Amino acid sequence: MTAILKFENLAKSWFGVPAVSEVNLSVEEGTLLGLIGQNGAGKSTLMNMLGGVVQPSSGGMEWRGQPYSPSGPADARKSGIGFIHQELNLFTNLSIAENLFVDGFPRKRGFLDKTTMHDRARGILSRLSLDLDPKVLVGQLSPGERQLVEIGKALHHEASLIIFDEPTTSLTPREVNRLFDTIAALRKDGSTIIYISHILGDVMRLADHVAVMRDGRLVDDGNAADFTISRMIRSMIGRDLSGYYPPRSCTPGERAILELEGVSQPGVIEDVSLTIRQREVLGLFGLMGAGRTELARVIFGLDPHASGAIKIDGQGIAAKAKGRIASGLAFVTENRREEGLMLDASISDNLALVALESFGRGPLGVVEEESLATRAAEVRSELQIKAGNIATQPVKALSGGNQQKVVIGKWKMREPRLFILDEPTRGVDVGAKYEIYTLIDQLAASGGAVLFISSELEEVMGMADRIIVMNRGEVVGEIARPDFEKEKILAMAFKEEPA
Amino acid sequence: MMATQITSLNRRFTNIFLSDYFVLYMSLAYVIVLAPFLPTLLTPQNLSNVLSNTWPLLVVAIGQTFVLAVAGIDLSQGAVIGLTSILCAMLIAVTGNPNVLSNAPIWGLVINEDGGFLNGLPLAVPLAIIVTLFVAAGVGALNGIAVAVMGMPAFMTTLVMMLIVSALAIYLPLSENINQLPDSYVALGKGDIVSVYFGTKSESQISRRVIYSLFTYPMLISMTVAFSAHVLLNRTVFGRQVLAVGANRRASEISGVPVTRIIILVFVISAVCAGLASVLYSGRLEAGRPTLGAGTFLLDVIGAAVIGGTSLFGGKAKIKWTFFGVLFFVLLSNTLNLMNLTAFVVDMVKGGVILSAALLDVLRTKLLRERTT
Repeated sequence: MTAILKFENLAKSWFGVPAVSEVNLSVEEGTLLGLIGQNGAGKSTLMNMLGGVVQPSSGGMEWRGQPYSPSGPADARKSGIGFIHQELNLFTNLSIAENLFVDGFPRKRGFLDKTTMHDRARGILSRLSLDLDPKVLVGQLSPGERQLVEIGKALHHEASLIIFDEPTTSLTPREVNRLFDTIAALRKDGSTIIYISHILGDVMRLADHVAVMRDGRLVDDGNAADFTISRMIRSMIGRDLSGYYPPRSCTPGERAILELEGVSQPGVIEDVSLTIRQREVLGLFGLMGAGRTELARVIFGLDPHASGAIKIDGQGIAAKAKGRIASGLAFVTENRREEGLMLDASISDNLALVALESFGRGPLGVVEEESLATRAAEVRSELQIKAGNIATQPVKALSGGNQQKVVIGKWKMREPRLFILDEPTRGVDVGAKYEIYTLIDQLAASGGAVLFISSELEEVMGMADRIIVMNRGEVVGEIARPDFEKEKILAMAFKEEPA
Repeated sequence: MMATQITSLNRRFTNIFLSDYFVLYMSLAYVIVLAPFLPTLLTPQNLSNVLSNTWPLLVVAIGQTFVLAVAGIDLSQGAVIGLTSILCAMLIAVTGNPNVLSNAPIWGLVINEDGGFLNGLPLAVPLAIIVTLFVAAGVGALNGIAVAVMGMPAFMTTLVMMLIVSALAIYLPLSENINQLPDSYVALGKGDIVSVYFGTKSESQISRRVIYSLFTYPMLISMTVAFSAHVLLNRTVFGRQVLAVGANRRASEISGVPVTRIIILVFVISAVCAGLASVLYSGRLEAGRPTLGAGTFLLDVIGAAVIGGTSLFGGKAKIKWTFFGVLFFVLLSNTLNLMNLTAFVVDMVKGGVILSAALLDVLRTKLLRERTT
């Protein structure tokens, strides 16, 4: 056995913040490496360096005994490294064959040589035992079939190392089995595979070798046979957390602010009941696709629910988002660029958006500019938004952390009772994360309540008074702060479907 | 020393370039450069002509500005002008000409030898205008509902609406003009409030040709519309929400902005502006004409708004900009006419100018971004 790939002291930092530090690892030819770690542990950055998407800050890689430094994805492809991203890179409006050959169509006398293209595509599809006509449009394929087409692209480029990044997230159990068969067939042909997944059982089943990353470092690696799921979880979370989170300055009261009773929407969420009390931070944890964001959208009135009741302060609630905003709900969405901010508009205009109507006077609704500006300045200093002139500076010129504060601020303008925060620290640097945690505590301490949704378990445990765990659209568990235990929460979140 | 002078000069130029008034400065510079070559340009007669062309176009372009602000486009404005022009004329005509209209579907129903349906009533003209504005608002509401509720692209919706409405406008009078409109209506299109005469006092009789309009009814109407639109777009909750929907529709929805209502309303505003402009155009023409607003008219409207600086991608619009854009566009058309160019050349040059305006807008946005980051 020889090492086909070696990472040597490989490191990458973004603006001084390390994403991957000093990784030393070798992958042997013909084996399958399972790479695991929490969100933000540095797995993707490491793989992006291998795939030529990102350039390392220091250290190097060796590929088949030669120094390897790809300047772009095309370089990696030429060297024989295929990358199956979580979000597939296929053109749904083109056929399977066209997708396979999109970066170099076979030609005859300057025209597209369809016969050759389809013949060669058929050959690739049969290697994947995919019984499809290469002329079929990719848009008509199921997610599992699309993934196989993506693997076909790697085969077409004669990849000898294939990276799979969370390949099973959108697949049905049957499609997953088919994918595993394909992976087994690829290995039989001598391909080397790096398999990244949150589903630890799958990693146990497939891998020869396991590597665990945490905070940009390789913290544990060894033969898969020596690993157990609990060793994986322990290595993934590891360190003690005290000091990363501000102390909580309030304790939950008795009065319920928001109550859900058996709320269901078929295919999205299933019989969800929960209560959020005054001055409480309720953590909502779950893996990707557990239904957290979907639940948040239902609570906020953006999506409908088929049955069950939602009450605020013991009263029934308006059906639409607008009415729920009026009764004190606020929603900081997980993707602030698409759903939170007007990027080209000024900080003031963004802050004004939610509260605008309450600043209109007279039949025409003329905006009271001065009191609006005063309120915006108050919110800005309360949240310590670091910016120049808020009336002229566009929001897109701010850092991620300050952009997030603007989103929180636009709701703060009208002092809501319940804040729903969906992944509020995503894309925010470490220092600003602490400030956002402080804000979460302040929002609760000022008499409101916070529903804190995150896929980073550590921060939920650091800030929440109580954690609710979701899995496949259902609430599968609830734990109060004194009983917080990582393994227990993760076990609920990772709970497999009963076989 | 030299270098700092240059940078400060540079800075001053970028300041002018980025200012709200850039298009106004550009128009003035354009006049100053061309005046020596076109002696007629600055004559009172020509200036009065330029102004009288500005007012109706301004009203239409203001309506378009609201739709552009939500990242929409209204291609049906020209057709609405044609339809409302005919509708209003057939209601208020003093007499009807059977030789021209007797085959038209409206003959005998709304108009006959004794004039239009409302002819003779004390408030016929205001009543007819109100009726036609309601019809325009209805067309706008249909556009708005199709776009906001049914999620159809604004381009397609208003293109189809243009087809239907202009066909209806031509069908009603069988493509004939309706003449013989009351004086009070004609005054709205070209009536003077203050006129000027440059000449000796001693003349016993002053010919109509040497009296130039200064303040006119169309000017009054148009400036009132512009001022109200300015207040509405820049000073009210509604206006802020319009710009917010244009900047980020999803974020606006989540923030509780009544997005559907806003989109329907901007299309209503756009159509009502077109209806109002049709009063100015028809009054000036002294006739209702079904093909008013046909041809390349829409190019003038959208071109003027875009030259002013309103973004086609939404979220960026000011009535002030549209006013300067219209002024520049009218000056451009006027000077090209004075150069005795053929209509073909005029359109080619106009197209080129709109293209360069779009380019300038890209440059301005880029500069503005560099400055703020």
